[in-house]
Amino acid sequence: MAEKFLMKGNEAVAEAAIRSGCRYFFGYPITPQTELAAYMAKNMPKRGGVFLQAESEIAAINMVYGAAGAGARAMTGSSSPGISLKQEGISYIAGADLPCVIVNMARGGPGLGSIQGSQADYFQATKGGGHGDYHMLVFAPNSVQELVDMTARAFDKADEYRMPAMILGDGMLGQMMEPVEFFEPTEPDALPKKEWATDGTGMKRKKNIINSLYLESEILERLNIERYERYKRICEKEPLFEEINTEDAEIIIAAYGMSARIAASAADALRSEGVRVGIIRPITLWPFPSEIFARRAAYVKAFLCVEMSMGQMVEDVRLAVEGKCPVYFYGRTGGMTVEPDAVYKEVKRILELKTAGGI
Amino acid sequence: MITVFKRPHPLSDVSNTYCPGCTHGIVHRLVAEVIEELGAEGDTIGVAPVGCSVVAYNFFEFDVQQAAHGRAPAVATGIKRVHPDKLVFTYQGDGDLAAIGTAETVHAAARGENISIIFINNAIYGMTGGQMAPTSLVGQVTQTTPYGRKIENQGYPIKVSEMLSTIEGAAYIERVSVDSIPNIKKTKAAIKKAFECQLDKKGFSLVEVLSSCPTNWGMEPSEALKWLRENMIKQYPLGVYCDKR
Repeated sequence: MAEKFLMKGNEAVAEAAIRSGCRYFFGYPITPQTELAAYMAKNMPKRGGVFLQAESEIAAINMVYGAAGAGARAMTGSSSPGISLKQEGISYIAGADLPCVIVNMARGGPGLGSIQGSQADYFQATKGGGHGDYHMLVFAPNSVQELVDMTARAFDKADEYRMPAMILGDGMLGQMMEPVEFFEPTEPDALPKKEWATDGTGMKRKKNIINSLYLESEILERLNIERYERYKRICEKEPLFEEINTEDAEIIIAAYGMSARIAASAADALRSEGVRVGIIRPITLWPFPSEIFARRAAYVKAFLCVEMSMGQMVEDVRLAVEGKCPVYFYGRTGGMTVEPDAVYKEVKRILELKTAGGI
Repeated sequence: MITVFKRPHPLSDVSNTYCPGCTHGIVHRLVAEVIEELGAEGDTIGVAPVGCSVVAYNFFEFDVQQAAHGRAPAVATGIKRVHPDKLVFTYQGDGDLAAIGTAETVHAAARGENISIIFINNAIYGMTGGQMAPTSLVGQVTQTTPYGRKIENQGYPIKVSEMLSTIEGAAYIERVSVDSIPNIKKTKAAIKKAFECQLDKKGFSLVEVLSSCPTNWGMEPSEALKWLRENMIKQYPLGVYCDKR
């Protein structure tokens, strides 16, 4: 059996990135992701990599643009207000079809908000954030082990589809310690060469250009349509989710990340009382696993979406369910954590609505 | 037959998109000549800014990344850290470098980032149609200073070479002009020194090139060069501001 390490989520992401062949990390200090940058600062030089503390979040994401365009696996990490600052760069990265990984250990917002964990950046992560027609891959792990596994996957998928990928955690996941196992490291030289990268022509090929500017609208439209054809393939192939006890469920809780772990405790308590409750936990937020919600909507009586926000993913659940059954929402915001007992009570309340003819 | 003049290979065999009389074409050619003389074409990665030279990637034969407005030094930093042995340079205008990109410029210099910047200072925003730049002269009439740049309203023009030469990480900084043949020759020499400074791993280098913008200055090309000579050079004296090679 592989060796286990007890690590904070932020540190585990960093180690997973290095083992994925990432040797370039550009960051800016912000709570609650500081351990990520600190781990990189300590370990990148030992592993032949570069850690650079940029002058701003904006500079950091543009350094990622440069390094990714030069053919390397590159990463930046931040938390909500810092991720807002990076949006210009993310739009350019998407527009120039560059692969990279961005970590958001989200905190309460809007504005400077709070420093406690939050899930209020769902819209920003999945619906754009920056300007223009684009998406990025969004992975939302719910454990330190899954942070490790999804970081590796994010690098692979970003390269495969030539697009930015985000690890969307929250302050709680970044700060908590759990035992993790790591995969065997990949050396950067062992990764497939990127023929499109700007690494010097060597006078052996035509020039490569990394660019998102197309002054002729006909060309930009064609490229955007092509990019969305790629997105369509991603939506077919790449959604990830976990299902618990949905076969016989009359009500299904939809939750991701830390909310899903809390909801699972509530679901266990309800099951022990004979309440037929299940859980669908999206692991990719984009592409959103719509199909499983549509399938389960055919027989459940209701969904309850639980988030640490005022209700963001609930919109995607409703779109997937297409009105086949009611979709309720319960959330806490501003950095407050959803409590198992509150989820338990909300499920009970909804089921009572049913007996009263509410569902 | 003896060839006395030819297009340098790193300069693409295409028509550029600059206005008649614009000096961007001269500086592009000088950059290409230097890269050819250094035998560095295959090992060069350029970074184009936002501004008139946004499509510079169309005019060079080497690899180029196009950067967001003001972010070219950060993008170049990312490239250079991946390829420390390649020649990495940015080509930026005054709005890009000295307004929206001031932080990226100052900190690239402070890190002693081993990149070169070709800084085109024509005292105006060209691509957007002639607005005040951070380097516009006091009294200069632009679209956004229709009554002339006033100190009490818009403050003073930024002297980029002087400012950056106070930073310890800067290794080579020179201000040149392309208003005359002798000055064009000096500009080429300065670009060569900057690139050699980088290839010798001495740290951050910048060449500020005083340039003309006849279209947005509302002048004939020759009149614009005269205006540059008589007004800009007074505000922005030519010379080497920093040389730690």
